[in-house]
Amino acid sequence: MKKAGIIMIIGSLLLLGLFKFPLWNIMLGAPQYPEPMGMDIYITGIQGVQEFDIQNIDGLNHYIGMKTIPKPEEMWEFNVFPIVIGGMAALGVILGILGFLGKVNAWWFLGWLALMSVLGVLGMYDFNIWLTDYGTNLDPNAIMKMTNPDGSPMSYKPPLFGHQKMLNFDVDSYPALGAYLMFAGMALTLIAFFIGKNEWKLKHVRL
Amino acid sequence: MKKSINIAVLLLLITGLFSCNTNDSKDGDKGALASNAAEKVYVAPGEHDEFYAFISGGYSGNLTVYGLPSGRMFKEIPVFSQFPTSGYGYSEETKPMLNTSHGFIPWDDAHHPDISQTSGKLDGRWVFINGNNTPRIAKIDLKTFETTEIIEVPNSAGNHSSSFVTENTEYVVAGTRFSVPIPQRDIAINEYKGNFKGALSFISVDPENGRMNIKFQLLMPGFDYDLSHPGRGKSHGWFFFTTYNTEEANSLLEVNASQNDKDFIAAVNWKKIEEYVNNGGGKKMPANYAHNVYDDDTHTATSTMIKEVLVVDPKEVPGAVFLLPTPKSPHGVDVDPSGEYIIGNGKLSADLTIHSFTKMINAIENKKFDGDAYGIPILKFEEILEGTVKQAGLGPLHTEFDGKGNGYTTFFISSELVKWDLETREVIDRKPNYYSVGHVMIPGGNSAHPFGKYAVSMNKITKDRYLPTGPELEHSAQLFDISGEKMELLLDFPTHGEPHYAAGIPASIIKENSQKIYKLAENEHEYATISNGDARVERDGNEVHIYMTMIRSHFTPDNIEGIKVGDKVYFHITNHEQDFDVPHGFAMIGANNSGLLIMPGQTKTMIWEPKQVGVWPFYCTDFCSALHQEMQGYIRVSPKSSNLELSWSLGDD
Repeated sequence: MKKAGIIMIIGSLLLLGLFKFPLWNIMLGAPQYPEPMGMDIYITGIQGVQEFDIQNIDGLNHYIGMKTIPKPEEMWEFNVFPIVIGGMAALGVILGILGFLGKVNAWWFLGWLALMSVLGVLGMYDFNIWLTDYGTNLDPNAIMKMTNPDGSPMSYKPPLFGHQKMLNFDVDSYPALGAYLMFAGMALTLIAFFIGKNEWKLKHVRL
Repeated sequence: MKKSINIAVLLLLITGLFSCNTNDSKDGDKGALASNAAEKVYVAPGEHDEFYAFISGGYSGNLTVYGLPSGRMFKEIPVFSQFPTSGYGYSEETKPMLNTSHGFIPWDDAHHPDISQTSGKLDGRWVFINGNNTPRIAKIDLKTFETTEIIEVPNSAGNHSSSFVTENTEYVVAGTRFSVPIPQRDIAINEYKGNFKGALSFISVDPENGRMNIKFQLLMPGFDYDLSHPGRGKSHGWFFFTTYNTEEANSLLEVNASQNDKDFIAAVNWKKIEEYVNNGGGKKMPANYAHNVYDDDTHTATSTMIKEVLVVDPKEVPGAVFLLPTPKSPHGVDVDPSGEYIIGNGKLSADLTIHSFTKMINAIENKKFDGDAYGIPILKFEEILEGTVKQAGLGPLHTEFDGKGNGYTTFFISSELVKWDLETREVIDRKPNYYSVGHVMIPGGNSAHPFGKYAVSMNKITKDRYLPTGPELEHSAQLFDISGEKMELLLDFPTHGEPHYAAGIPASIIKENSQKIYKLAENEHEYATISNGDARVERDGNEVHIYMTMIRSHFTPDNIEGIKVGDKVYFHITNHEQDFDVPHGFAMIGANNSGLLIMPGQTKTMIWEPKQVGVWPFYCTDFCSALHQEMQGYIRVSPKSSNLELSWSLGDD
């Protein structure tokens, strides 16, 4: 299971890209912002695409009563996510080495992928809860209180995925490079599983 | 007799009819529409122009920024004049920019902008421009498009043969138009001859930060030094100045300074003089002139008086200065991109005189002299003359180059722009100008590498070109397409003040460097308020300092009490925005100066001296957000005898 082990190790290591590259990106463009402002969401915190984007997004959001964009210390996620990602990468590498040495079979790889997927879905779920809170839990003394046609308060929840028009802004929310590396890594672990299964079978048939 | 009159009338009619069908007619420009001139100047909404044009504002004292080919104006940069739009020259930070040895001067007559160069190519770092009336040279930084340095030029009067740069911006040169007693003293005006001198100043430019410093002044005979241009390429190291009034008349110059058939172009080997000065040559003489520097980090200008200047007597440096006889009171002197041809635009003549740099050097080496003037050798005219452009027009003033072997000369009297071949000296094309053209500008035209696509002529007389606006009219510029064999008039556009020359540059060289904001974190202003918690009001006797911040859309603080009649109130206001194009303005009722326009991250200060008891509002003058109208505050002014303590607040705090 040498080949599968190596692919498993590479796949797991690709997770570490999340420490360097953003997981998600939200861009906000408007008539007066021909160069859109943007947020890069890393597993360790949120940063502006340009130097002063966070400050400027906060400045605009205060009109409609949104909270300021959280600093890393203001959200437990930014402490936990790095540990989870680092832990999963380490676990994947260990499984890959064990697989390489023939100590574990390929189902362990699939198990890792399943666990990773569950954690990923949980992460997205959590992210969506935050977006909802951020977009709807508004300051009652906001300068502008916008309502929907039915009279309910307008939500400023950015889309979890894709494009949405919000007042004068076009909001685009998509995975960023870190996420793509993670997806590629997860895909590799799936490949590792199939190759590993074959390798394991061949070896054990020969025996 | 009657018959001959009839013939004359007929001739007039024919001429009239005929001229209606030629390019020379006023309708000539209508033909431009037929050849899609409109398309050539159309820059679609949201698109950018291909070139920047920095057009001098003449007696506005400022510099205007235009786009070519659209002719749209983007900005007026305050230079030598107070500018209430932004508070330049009114704010405490910028008042020192207008300090001189004559005190605070709120105005000047701005003339010849020139863009800095490296290896003979425009590098787009700075624009220099001269103040003609109270002699000064200013430097505008093309990152911020703001004036960041002004140096006064002592011993000079009518700073006109300025401010042209050498091919590596080693020097920006400032020559005096009027000769004056040096040092200034109380003597009879008719003792002019022999007693008055003309100072040609070589101002070094620090290659790192652009800091200007008068390296030396060459004290020349008492002529009028009209214009100048640097040598380049083979003639790099030389500088050429036109002269008139070599008669040294001191009255009715109109007549008395037009008697000599030839005046001179003074050729100055500045490299030789620089060497002489570096080896300890020259004489330090007492002087008093202002050097004003604006710092982008402190957002504040400082003015320093300098007390001496190094002067050089041309006789002390043999072989450094020569006089080139040139017919008929030459106005502009222009050097072609190769540096070989030195063109004298004899303004009272129909011809252009072209000297050869190679021949000039030969004449110097072989001592082909025709006497001297105050010890400065006069070269033999025939020995240096390359040729003349014959009967090119009437009253030539200035010549620019397209880099393709052609010169473009303006003719003031015959009101036309004439294209001619530098080698054959034949006229290729002529186009009428509306009316009486002064300068012409081709982007990079004063460099070794012109961008010969457009020429802009700047006309002195406007008359009927636009909708009438009473007796006073803006001047008019005209844009020509010079990419083909014949020039094509594309556009008229009004210019501000009286443009004397302009400097053009491809937008691509500078537009990416244009700064968007000032970083608040780099604000080192003495009275900046970086954090809202530091917003406060302090009293020191009758001086009150208000440390205020502004961000969309409120001031911190916006309620202030404890100010008294007779106080001198300083508003030190810091704009906390860090977003592109979100300035805030500030206006205080009854302030005897101007408003302030404060860019993101910037601090500006204005003084208000309340004279009446009451509660007085202030507000933001720049529509900054949907809540701009709410951006306001109040100051309570109590009687002088009041004991009310200072207090300040924002909202409920």
